Amino acid sequence: MMLAHLPVFLVTIPIVASLLILAAGWHDRRFCHPIALMTVLFQFGAAVVLLFEVMRGGTIHYHVGGWAPPLGIELVIDSFNGFILMVILLLSAAAMVYAKRSVEKEIPADKTVSFYVLFQLLITGLVGMTITGDIFNLYVFLEISSITAYTLISAARRPHSYVASFNYLVLGSIAAGFILLGIGNLYVATGSLNMRELAVMLPASYELATVHSAFLFLMIGFSIKAAVFPLHLWLPDAYAESPSVVTVVISTVMAKVSVYALFRILFTVFTTAYILDSFPVTGIVLFIAAVAIIAGAVLAIGQDDLKRLLAYSSVSQIGYIMFALGVANQIALEGGLLHILGHAVMKGCLFMVAGLIIYRMGTSRLSELRGVAKTMPVSCAAFALAGASMIGIPPTIGFMSKYYLVLGAFEAGHWLYAAVLLVGSLLAAVYIWKFIEVAYFGDSHGEEHGDAVGGDRHDRREREAPVSMLAPVVTLALLCLILGIGVEILMEHVIGPAVTLLLGGA
Amino acid sequence: MIEAFFELFLARYNYWMAIILMLIGLYALIAKHNLVKKIIGLNIFQTAIFLFYISFGDVKGGTAPIYLPEGIDALYVNPVPHVLILTAIVVGVSTTAVALALITRIYEEYGVIDEDELKELVRGRR
Amino acid sequence: MPDLSALLPAATITIPLLGAGLILATGRHENIRESVTIAAALAMLGTVLAMLPPILGGGKISLTLLPMVPGGDFALRVDAFGMVFALTAAVLWLLNSFYAIGYMRALREHAQTRFFFCLAVAIAAAIGIAFSANLVTLFLFYEVLTIITYPLVVHIETPAAMKAGRKYLAYLLVGGIFLLAATILTYLLTGTTEFVPGGFLAGSGAALTLQVLFLLFMVGFVKAAWMPLHGWLPAAMIAPTPVSAFLHAVAVVTAGVFGIVRVAGWVYGMPLMASLGLGVALAAIASFTIITASLFALAEDNLKRRLAYSTVSQLSYILLGVSMLSVAGMTGAMVHIPFHAFMKITLFFVAGAVIVAAGRERISDMKGLGRKMPVTALMFSAAAIGVCGLPPLCGIHSKIFLMVGAVEGGMPVLLLVIIASAVLNAAYFLPIIYTMLVDRPADPHALDGVAEPPLIMLVPIILTAALSVLFFFNPSVPFMDLVQIAIGEITAGGLP
Repeated sequence: MMLAHLPVFLVTIPIVASLLILAAGWHDRRFCHPIALMTVLFQFGAAVVLLFEVMRGGTIHYHVGGWAPPLGIELVIDSFNGFILMVILLLSAAAMVYAKRSVEKEIPADKTVSFYVLFQLLITGLVGMTITGDIFNLYVFLEISSITAYTLISAARRPHSYVASFNYLVLGSIAAGFILLGIGNLYVATGSLNMRELAVMLPASYELATVHSAFLFLMIGFSIKAAVFPLHLWLPDAYAESPSVVTVVISTVMAKVSVYALFRILFTVFTTAYILDSFPVTGIVLFIAAVAIIAGAVLAIGQDDLKRLLAYSSVSQIGYIMFALGVANQIALEGGLLHILGHAVMKGCLFMVAGLIIYRMGTSRLSELRGVAKTMPVSCAAFALAGASMIGIPPTIGFMSKYYLVLGAFEAGHWLYAAVLLVGSLLAAVYIWKFIEVAYFGDSHGEEHGDAVGGDRHDRREREAPVSMLAPVVTLALLCLILGIGVEILMEHVIGPAVTLLLGGA
Repeated sequence: MIEAFFELFLARYNYWMAIILMLIGLYALIAKHNLVKKIIGLNIFQTAIFLFYISFGDVKGGTAPIYLPEGIDALYVNPVPHVLILTAIVVGVSTTAVALALITRIYEEYGVIDEDELKELVRGRR
Repeated sequence: MPDLSALLPAATITIPLLGAGLILATGRHENIRESVTIAAALAMLGTVLAMLPPILGGGKISLTLLPMVPGGDFALRVDAFGMVFALTAAVLWLLNSFYAIGYMRALREHAQTRFFFCLAVAIAAAIGIAFSANLVTLFLFYEVLTIITYPLVVHIETPAAMKAGRKYLAYLLVGGIFLLAATILTYLLTGTTEFVPGGFLAGSGAALTLQVLFLLFMVGFVKAAWMPLHGWLPAAMIAPTPVSAFLHAVAVVTAGVFGIVRVAGWVYGMPLMASLGLGVALAAIASFTIITASLFALAEDNLKRRLAYSTVSQLSYILLGVSMLSVAGMTGAMVHIPFHAFMKITLFFVAGAVIVAAGRERISDMKGLGRKMPVTALMFSAAAIGVCGLPPLCGIHSKIFLMVGAVEGGMPVLLLVIIASAVLNAAYFLPIIYTMLVDRPADPHALDGVAEPPLIMLVPIILTAALSVLFFFNPSVPFMDLVQIAIGEITAGGLP
């Protein structure tokens, strides 16, 4: 009985929890984190249960309040968003474990309660975006997550973060406005807001300008939110200036959900028939993706600040996922979905390590981090493993998704684009290696040790980060390897069916 | 000729007004340097979208979608856009609130609310 | 009782990996750490030797471990050709380990734990390449090898070393990209990447496609240091000498040529290569490399760099043998892999011994060294004349096969290449021998304090040289036998 309502609990319980955090936090600040952690762990457990349920019994449809669509709001969990749900909640759980010490260090003490409330709401908004089957509901949850994100980015009170947050707000609101316009156009054309119904009713109206403009508005709106080049300008500042745990969540969870929303709109609402025949955008998407891959990587190489470097790397990696969309065949999309999981895990780990370094060293500038591997060996080893996955060294998951993407591109005959993809992984090697060189071989023999970390030689005792922060980092790094080794299981049971669903199959 | 003109502009004046307002709002959002003016532009942009929604929900001769004594037989305008826009207005207000709070903080920190001067100061502080 | 012998391939790779982990754990206790290396090397040699009898009998050991990607499971197969590489690697890792321990301790090098850890993982990767059953598994171990040898190359961590490391990584990672593209393209054309004796690519695509594919493979196997993509090898000489010995005899470069021979014999097949004209193309590249590298070697005064260019030249002998597309040519190519390895590692061992015992790297500083380090200099001379192709060392066997193969394959012009290169070999080796043994230093006290290197380094030098001599007198056991079996496999379908 309880299980039947699990989808709506995924959203309502966290909202209640955030109120609880507010109330309990008033009393004693230390209650905030345990409540938040338990809520996220519950959500993660629920996501796993739901995914198994979907794999066993097919798509889950849940009518909120018992009202049937199109009057009521429907929550839909199929193999595609079940998979995405698990990815985002995995990362949220890891981030929440990580958050305890990170928040203590970076957020002013009197703002801790508000931070956790907003953090919980951010995750709620993103979860809601993932499981909703109603397109306006998507917009509502999008805005919930966006507004909390705007606030959280400046939570650490760094001066530049206010500007970063403001710029993100402006761009994000324009995006939301476009999305709202798109939804309005779809409603005008069909009279329904339910995604499934739209998919059925739209084909009759494919020729209408209304539908074309709806498509364009929605695509551009979600592209801004997903930071697809060249609409990515808000991203580097936002990622670099936020508190570490916020960066982890927005770079992994938020970015992935925005991409999910894009895929949902393109494949489920508009279906492949539209994007391939009536309004062929895949060619343009592929081109833009290729540019994003190269431009993001090149910009990353030039950065001195570790977080900015990783932020531009994210722009490049989102290009990979859009690449899958541009090629739009079974293999490439499987690679794209695998990359959604893989990149979330890899980037989450990398940003967490950046946070660890800030925690212990107080800086994230590469020029000040020479030889940091000696004082923080585990963190740097985790970075090396996740970095190897970014470059695409087998048998990590980064390699697996790259393999599928190249195979898909070859199969479709996009030889040049496949080459771009491969060059992208070389460029990734360059910027990952920037850190590896500095961290492991930075305080080189034959150079003065003036710049080395921990000034005097005998101050070199290990100052590794606390365990509660290290544990998620190490887990995520190991996952890069484990998921890569177990990729076949993932493909067969989860991702394969998800892609078949997207492309219009059973 | 007059027919076509009538068709294109006057019959659809609501959409045209919405578009013009949207463009004004976007212009303010992008081109104005003062941060507060940008937010005003954002509000205009969002309001234009709201007007767009409400206007297409209009039914000729319909009345506001609140139950009259006649019940369901009376002619109402489409209530769904109204509901959607109520939500969107709340969203817009929240966004504005956050934006204004940020502008206050920016002013406290940097002493200016002009975009260009702000860029200079941020670059200088880096 | 399940057939445990099927697990031996996996064991051979796991043992060094476990050793690597133990090395990390015992890092602070140096003697225990070194014993771990030696123990792992002995155990691994044991498992390789255990697999030798069934392979010599013509059998194979297969082990499919995990499905990985479309086109390749993570699978191992031990066959005769793989055994050639694996056996060379296992024996030489054992000897190199003793040598390295002596070298690192004598020079009081830093970061020894990292050094031995990386060496252990690298050998695991090399064995993995030897035992790969398909292109995807090969690629996996290839990339691991690239990454794990980087810390070895930049070991001394000077700015010059970091620069060399970047060059090394750049060449090898770009090569990796091409190899990946080639692997995926192979899968796309044929639906599989599994190695089949005699090749499986025939008829799967247009001639131009297959030729381009071969080019992709060639660039992919940049580890074979064929010109003009050889730049990483001399740059990598900045590494400590045990690493150079390892890179040049055992792991990286042999992996490169091994890959090319694998692709030629087990993916393309000799008839297909002939029909695509790839034999001629490969012969051109190989000949160019052989001659040019030898000329570069003449110009080098740094002993290790001269040996590096010599290696570049010698590796292309193997490519030359493949390009002849004849039985003798292939035989010469395959058997040159172990024989060259044993001789070259001796030469590098001596170079390192000279650095340790006399502190010298330049040939012009080694005048009269033979008086103070007679055994070492003698070993060098023996190995050097072996590389030139003279008895009583094993190099002559591969040379003879190559010369026969050139005629058999209908490319007698290659005879000229081989003879010319033999002359050039002598031209750059004999002066070194003369300098060491005959010449006298200008300053009579220049060689004070120079003596033989410690025994732990000297014994491996003597052993590798002795083995080179042994293989001259008895080439069959086991290398020639293994090569014959391998040749038999790939020519079963007929010759061009």
